[in-house]
Amino acid sequence: MTVLTPPAPEREQDRGRAIARLTSMLRIRRFEERCGELYQDEKIRGFLHLYIGQEAVATGVMSCLRADDAVVATYREHGHALARGISADAIMAEMFGKVTGTSRGRGGSMHLFDTATRFYGGHAIVGAGLPFAIGLALADRLQGRDRVTACFFGEGAVAEGEFHESLNLAVLWQLPVLFCCENNLYAMGTEIAHEQAETDLALKAAAYRLPSWPVDGMDVDAVESATRRAVAAIRAGEGPHFLELRTYRFRPHSMFDPGLYRSADEVAQWMTRCPIATYSARLRAAGWLDDDTLAGIEQAAREEVEQAVTFAEQSPWEPMDDLLRFVTSEEVRHG
Amino acid sequence: MSDIRLPSLGADMDAATIVSWCVAPGDAVQKGDLLGEIETDKGVFDLDSREAGVVAALLVAPGTKVTVGTPIVRLQEAVPVPTAAAPEAPEAPEAPEAPEAPEAPEAPEAPEAPEAPEAPEAPAAPEAPAAPSALAAPAAPPPSPSPHHPHVSPLARRIAAEHGLDLAGVTGTGVQGAITQADVARALAARDDATPAAPTGAPVPTPASAHTPATIVDGMRRAVAAAVTRSKRDIPHYYLEHDVDLHAALAWLARHNADRPITERVLPAALLVRATVQALARVPELNGVHEHGAFTPSSAVHVGIVTALRGGGLVAPVIADAQTHSLAELNAALLDLVQRTRAGALRTSELGGGTISITNLGDRGVRAVHGVIYPPQVAIVGFGAIADRPWAVDGMLAVRPVVTITLAADHRVSDGIRGAQFLADIGRRLQAPEDA
Amino acid sequence: MAEQAQAPMPSAAAPAPESPATPATVRMTYREAVREAIREAMHADPRVFVMGEDVGAYGGCYAVTKGLLTEFGPERLRDTPLSESAFVGAGIGAAVGGMRPIVEIMTVNFSLLALDQIMNTAATFLHMSGGQCNVPVVIRMTTGAGRQLAAQHSHSLEGWYAHIPGLRILAPATVEDARRMLAPALADPDPVLLFEHALLYNVSGDVPPADAFVPFDRAIVRRAGHDVTLVTYGGMLARTLEAAERLAADDGIEAEVIDLRSLRPLDEATILDSVRRTHRAVIVDEGWRSGSLSAEIAARIAEQAFFDLDAPLRRVCSAEVPMPYARHLEQAALPQVDGILAAVRPLVTR
Repeated sequence: MTVLTPPAPEREQDRGRAIARLTSMLRIRRFEERCGELYQDEKIRGFLHLYIGQEAVATGVMSCLRADDAVVATYREHGHALARGISADAIMAEMFGKVTGTSRGRGGSMHLFDTATRFYGGHAIVGAGLPFAIGLALADRLQGRDRVTACFFGEGAVAEGEFHESLNLAVLWQLPVLFCCENNLYAMGTEIAHEQAETDLALKAAAYRLPSWPVDGMDVDAVESATRRAVAAIRAGEGPHFLELRTYRFRPHSMFDPGLYRSADEVAQWMTRCPIATYSARLRAAGWLDDDTLAGIEQAAREEVEQAVTFAEQSPWEPMDDLLRFVTSEEVRHG
Repeated sequence: MSDIRLPSLGADMDAATIVSWCVAPGDAVQKGDLLGEIETDKGVFDLDSREAGVVAALLVAPGTKVTVGTPIVRLQEAVPVPTAAAPEAPEAPEAPEAPEAPEAPEAPEAPEAPEAPEAPEAPAAPEAPAAPSALAAPAAPPPSPSPHHPHVSPLARRIAAEHGLDLAGVTGTGVQGAITQADVARALAARDDATPAAPTGAPVPTPASAHTPATIVDGMRRAVAAAVTRSKRDIPHYYLEHDVDLHAALAWLARHNADRPITERVLPAALLVRATVQALARVPELNGVHEHGAFTPSSAVHVGIVTALRGGGLVAPVIADAQTHSLAELNAALLDLVQRTRAGALRTSELGGGTISITNLGDRGVRAVHGVIYPPQVAIVGFGAIADRPWAVDGMLAVRPVVTITLAADHRVSDGIRGAQFLADIGRRLQAPEDA
Repeated sequence: MAEQAQAPMPSAAAPAPESPATPATVRMTYREAVREAIREAMHADPRVFVMGEDVGAYGGCYAVTKGLLTEFGPERLRDTPLSESAFVGAGIGAAVGGMRPIVEIMTVNFSLLALDQIMNTAATFLHMSGGQCNVPVVIRMTTGAGRQLAAQHSHSLEGWYAHIPGLRILAPATVEDARRMLAPALADPDPVLLFEHALLYNVSGDVPPADAFVPFDRAIVRRAGHDVTLVTYGGMLARTLEAAERLAADDGIEAEVIDLRSLRPLDEATILDSVRRTHRAVIVDEGWRSGSLSAEIAARIAEQAFFDLDAPLRRVCSAEVPMPYARHLEQAALPQVDGILAAVRPLVTR
């Protein structure tokens, strides 16, 4: 069987789609870099987890989803939200805490929501998104819809009970879920070897009897082709699939992290595999990308990000009188 | 060393507030001596000592409400009293030995400190729930309120403020002796009424005045209600009535009283009570208590005399061992009881332990009274008014002073025929009062 | 007990005499009432399904769902593995995905395995999403002691859940409420937790016609009185009513008994209205005393009716001990009628 054998990565044959992937990754990179600056400028507060280095994963997975599929993400989800099609304005405004943000400033960086694109958070309890995701999938099953729910989580979540409960239940009930484990090797500062008895996570997941593929998460084409196969199978009723997307975050876990747990050499080593740099080089080699095109993509990304910052800056705050709204559906309920 | 506990003065009493102490630590007391006053729903009562000894400690501060059975006074065995006046060796047991403190120079031989150790007025968990289950206990045993800062419920304080009432003189009956709205209402009524206040601050209920919130309910009424409700719920009553011609009895009484001073004149009621007491000797199933599913007859006749309080409500002080009383003694006891009840001067020992009750509504003109048995007793005898009625004598119509004597008795213990025999016996005895 | 718990509430159950179509009052057990409510909901709305441990083939740990598997099939009566967090989370997700799940957790103690999903997901989603994501899930579970199930199956933790904004907490204490509360719970766009006291399942009672049902967020005065207010809910209602009858018979104390029904939101108006008339309150709660629902109610009375109080507030709660197994110890740990009497009597003085 093919339980542990991923489909061979396929090179993208269409220039337009390839350029779109590069554009998506660059857009995320520039957005995240700007967020880091805004955090230091105290425009963004709370916890801020940057996605820099992992852009290929969100980009590759999202490109395979339909508009009516669902996404469940983690607290490191700006990239997923951008790739899913949520406007940079709304995401940035949310981080500024403005009423125009995706969650009216009530969620912040860790809790982006957008029901229009079926983007259901923004879960900041490690592992908690998995049961929720299988519930979304169960609803689709019971209502006879061929939608897929993509659930993102890090390798740290694999140590949580909810991971195991959810995989077991999803397979028992053959629910249409794509489990996307972004293995960036560190659960905050804990190296995977210190927290997983079996560090081969695809192997571990396979114990639940579902197709479980290790994928190079630094290669957007590899992510895309694996996801495409998995989603097609899920949609065809073949049950849940598990992708272990092996990747690396270039920035600290969050903004206030001295990075004591890993060496500068290791980070430098991984940066040579930067998904944007390697993909750009590949496209150049294929003759699909030149300096002008790249400059145009960069320019557009920077303009979009600056526009988002301006939008966030100029947006109003949620009125204080509305503090108690959205606790329950009756807007004023005496707790 | 032994503890005197708050006695139950009646089936419907489960708590009382200590009003004051008449003894202090170190005082020697004899059995029956007055220890202090306690206040219940039914009024203020003297608290008698049940044993002899020396007061070691008063365990409950005045103003504190405690439940029945709570230790309130600690007694120790009497120390032989030094015969000489010499106060040399008081050596109170368990005296806290001060001498070790080097800074207390006079302590060692201070001979004029014969008083027993300063007994700590330990508040022994006022509402101590011995209940093992899911306690409803207050979070912490509250300290006894200082007389200068009595507890006042928020509601009582508000009402008092609204009516400009000074709470200084108000006695609290609530939890921890707190002044409640009922206390305030009584104080307002007393202030506004021309009539003098109830004696000794007893919570004699007053009718609602314009100043009294309509919601205030009479506590005495409640206590009575509880007792009679319980009675009617638990006791299957049966009722008998018997008319008795008092022609002979009253004629005898007139002769008997003719050459006596007013203070010694015997009332008709005393005759009726005596006849009742005597008749009980033949019908033991009417005299005693029914508790825990069983009847215990009593050889002694302890008669509770149901007495209305001036302010409203009822009590039934007991004439103990009435079977040993002469007519004159019974008469005196009756007068005394009625007087002291109305003055609020009853003693605790007079409230409990009745084996039968008598109620007399004759002076209000009713013909017959069908009483409610006072649990755990099993019978109550009622006297109506002595009134001239048509009466057949030897086939001729005569006018005679007649009284209707009633019996309400517990059918679990006696049957109607026994009750009938009892009433007939009373009637017979009243035909020949001089024999008694 | 059952009959007392079903004591008529004149204000609540005013029948409509004119209506000839009004169906008659039906008598059933609490268990049957919950089952009928589920069956009715499943017939009325294809989005409704039941999920939990042993709800299908086994018929439910307390036999509540017995027979429903045959009637509705395994897709709508889903047995789950022993994965409380996963199946509660799945219920939440399914609710967001357009279904109306009824999730059953065997006992409140087990619900702690799913506390993350209930607290961090169900209760927060609407707010965290700025009003975008309603979570119309219903979670039923048993609560309470009295069956010698010791320290991991017997606690009354509904007060903890009542702490959490975003949840609606219901405690049906009567057969009628067991029968009628589920439908509005399912109609609620927000998460609702239903706590069923395990000792109630065998209790029989009357279920009046649906139009007599008092809205589920209102407390009900189950017994009128003017001397003291007894506030309680769920499994403690019957013994609180029993205590009230004893107080009336033995002490002439007329206690008003309030059945909260909804623990969150609390129907403060009914509580405060009563306390303002009686001037005294005792809260009877099978939960522990410290940091509890009873403390919350006492605090609200003290905050809002302080100047109407004529006596200190009192509480009758479970002893602060993990529930013991031995019957005598378990009974001693639980609020009993005598404890209620002992709490009330000293307060009502004249």
